[in-house]
Amino acid sequence: MDEKKKIILKLENICQSYVVKDGVKDAVDNVSFEIYDNEFLVLLGPGHCGKTVLMNLIAGLETPVGGKIYLDGEEIHGSDRRIGMVFQSLNLMPWRTVMANVEFGLEISGVKKDERRKVAQKYIDLVGLTGFENSYPHELSGGMKQRVGIARAYTNNPEILLMDEPFGQLDAQTRYAMEEEVLRIWEQEKRTIIFVTNNIEEAVFLADRIVLLSKCPATVKQIYDLKDLPRPRNMTDTEFLRIRSEVSENTDLAL
Amino acid sequence: MDKHDEAKVRVEHLTKYFGDLHVLDDVSFHIKKGEFLCVVGPTGCGKTTFLNLLTRIYMPTKGELYIDGEPADPKKHSISVVFQEPSSMPWLTVEKNLRFGLEIKKLPKDEIDRRVENIINLLGLQEFRNSYPHQLSVSTAQRIIIGRAFAMQPDLLLMDEPYGQMDIKLRFYLEDEVIRLWKEMGTTVVFITHNIEEAVYLAERVLILTNKPAKIKEEVTVDLPRPRDVTAPDFIKIRNYVTDQIKWW
Repeated sequence: MDEKKKIILKLENICQSYVVKDGVKDAVDNVSFEIYDNEFLVLLGPGHCGKTVLMNLIAGLETPVGGKIYLDGEEIHGSDRRIGMVFQSLNLMPWRTVMANVEFGLEISGVKKDERRKVAQKYIDLVGLTGFENSYPHELSGGMKQRVGIARAYTNNPEILLMDEPFGQLDAQTRYAMEEEVLRIWEQEKRTIIFVTNNIEEAVFLADRIVLLSKCPATVKQIYDLKDLPRPRNMTDTEFLRIRSEVSENTDLAL
Repeated sequence: MDKHDEAKVRVEHLTKYFGDLHVLDDVSFHIKKGEFLCVVGPTGCGKTTFLNLLTRIYMPTKGELYIDGEPADPKKHSISVVFQEPSSMPWLTVEKNLRFGLEIKKLPKDEIDRRVENIINLLGLQEFRNSYPHQLSVSTAQRIIIGRAFAMQPDLLLMDEPYGQMDIKLRFYLEDEVIRLWKEMGTTVVFITHNIEEAVYLAERVLILTNKPAKIKEEVTVDLPRPRDVTAPDFIKIRNYVTDQIKWW
């Protein structure tokens, strides 16, 4: 085990609440955890437990009512270029080609065409979309669209990539294929990834560590360190299934 | 197991073209009365077309579907469908949703009362009896739909990935519940899923379809005792075998 694990992101006593019709609804309740550099961290929790709220807080899309977030040791407020996001609902621009979607972030930052094309092409190749540069989103399958979203996030060169249930809308088989893809990409282009899912099998397959959240309002229930479970992992392996059962028993049932 | 002796549903030479697109190619199989059959296949292989042919939403280009020896006819036979997305009537309470189909079929009131009470008890949904669907979680809304389908006591109950992307904890709970309903009611079920672990957990028999145009690649009998243990070597052996038959990634 590497003793000099560098902490890249730190959440300290994060709380979030909303005013609703009949009072105040707590979504996140005093959540603290740390994320190491180049780690694959999975945030796992039952449906509607506040996972997406936590992601939005880290991305700076919302401001917490309490608590602090530190990036590289400094407190951050609002969005930060060093944090990129892949959304569940993709948000690809339908009038732009794959290339134009992937290079968008660099374009609005004023990067010259030649240069941004080069960077975008690298990540289009990395996610396996070579040859589809000039296709439009509606011409792609669900899994391919998700690859575009991943390439776009990488192109902005963030230190931390947030992935909010990126495979939630894919069918089970495309999902297995994309899980293997995202690990391959992560191993080639090491970044810190925070990956949100409600799928326990997916969490055990992907994670270095799993942060298990309770049902709403989200609190940290347990943190599992899976670094000793060798990769590539096999979903029907005895140890895999044992960990899956263990995590599953500890997960709140949100009927 | 004498309930298994007769074929409740016979599918013969089912073939479907949409224009030039050949989706289903000469599919034939039987479903025994009271059987729980799961259908798996590669993504985009034509599973939904297959289901829509069984519901009679589409008519086949060739081939026929027989229920109790007669060509299936929605006017005569009762075929219930559970879709992936909950499809309850939003303006009706849980209880009224459960009664809806039974009232359409003009069953006597005491029979409707009896069936609805039975389903509410089996699902443990007493407290939600007077709730509206929008007051329920997605999973509870789906449980109502499944209960409603079983309450019809249909000749054939079709389910198209009803537990889509629900997490494992929830799926295990709901899968156990559907098994409980099925055992209690003795319904003949065809359950379509992408999830092979789910198929092996639920099914007495798994039908594996090929890529488009879909044919039956193989039938796998799952004779494991219930409740099934998803970590047992026998279970994993079958799961891996079925996965290998459809794996494309």
